[in-house]
Amino acid sequence: MSAAHDTHGHDGHHDEGASHGSLKDYLIGFFLSVVLTAIPFWLVMGDVLASKSATAIVIMAFAVVQVLVHMVYFLHMNGRSEGGWNLMALLFTLLLVVIVLAGSMWVMYHLHMNMMPVHDMRQLP
Amino acid sequence: MSQSVTADSTGDLTARYFDLHEHDHPEGGSTMLGFWIYLMSDCLIFAMLFAAYAVFGGNYAAGPSPRDLFDLDLIALNTAMLLFSSITYGFAMLEMEKGKVGATQMWLAITGLFGAAFLAIELYEFSHLIHLGAGPQRSAFLSSFFTLVGTHGLHVTFGIIWLVTLMVQVAKKGLIQANKRRLMCLSLFWHFLDVIWIGVFTFVYLMGMLR
Repeated sequence: MSAAHDTHGHDGHHDEGASHGSLKDYLIGFFLSVVLTAIPFWLVMGDVLASKSATAIVIMAFAVVQVLVHMVYFLHMNGRSEGGWNLMALLFTLLLVVIVLAGSMWVMYHLHMNMMPVHDMRQLP
Repeated sequence: MSQSVTADSTGDLTARYFDLHEHDHPEGGSTMLGFWIYLMSDCLIFAMLFAAYAVFGGNYAAGPSPRDLFDLDLIALNTAMLLFSSITYGFAMLEMEKGKVGATQMWLAITGLFGAAFLAIELYEFSHLIHLGAGPQRSAFLSSFFTLVGTHGLHVTFGIIWLVTLMVQVAKKGLIQANKRRLMCLSLFWHFLDVIWIGVFTFVYLMGMLR
């Protein structure tokens, strides 16, 4: 990066740092989050779906969508804020979160599987 | 670059590789990115606690299960409080951008009240559980439950302390640039806590009732 470029380009650099929401953004975000919160609570409290695993999958999907809604409408995430570094940090964090959660559950599930016979010790020959 | 090269054409390459004429960095210019990275590290703390809960959540030690303990009406109310506090903080930010001190302070105060209501309900729930004998020492499920939900509650507590501090700052100095930056950081923090709460009510409370 040249010195000349720096002195000229620097003023505009910080203006694009934080993006602001409008009233419309906040209201859309609020409306969507109310809907996305109410439906999972209704599904569980009213025993709407017969299958528990189906209910679990649906409410997890609602949670993922609601997190995205909050990110976009309340935290004003987009690919441009802080020159894209916000998004990069978020994606890196999500990668680590997925590794931590999926890895822990995977390992512990197998551990439980291997410890199963303990309960049937008396029936062993 | 051409200027610096011609000035140092004698062979001193320092100016070529180092920024000798340091330009001004506006105060707090990198604060928002730094704060975002802090939030991401906080996100990792919660990921660990969620992982611990996912692993221990089924170990009741012959004690009570989520179905015996959780009251979804209370959690729905709690969730509503946090959601309302998110939108009122948004209104505070909109008034801040317009430069209206009074309206900003009013929305901040309302946000603080919703946050306090959330905390009060959560503390009531905790004390109720402990009264039932379902305290954090009862089982691995309850230990990880209290750690995860308690850590979130602790974040909300510090958020409220921060909010009151900023209200005093705004009352004393007005909506100066530094205060606006601080309010924007707290905005990220506050909305971030709401995002974490989505995970808590989905994975801990709703999924707990499905077990």
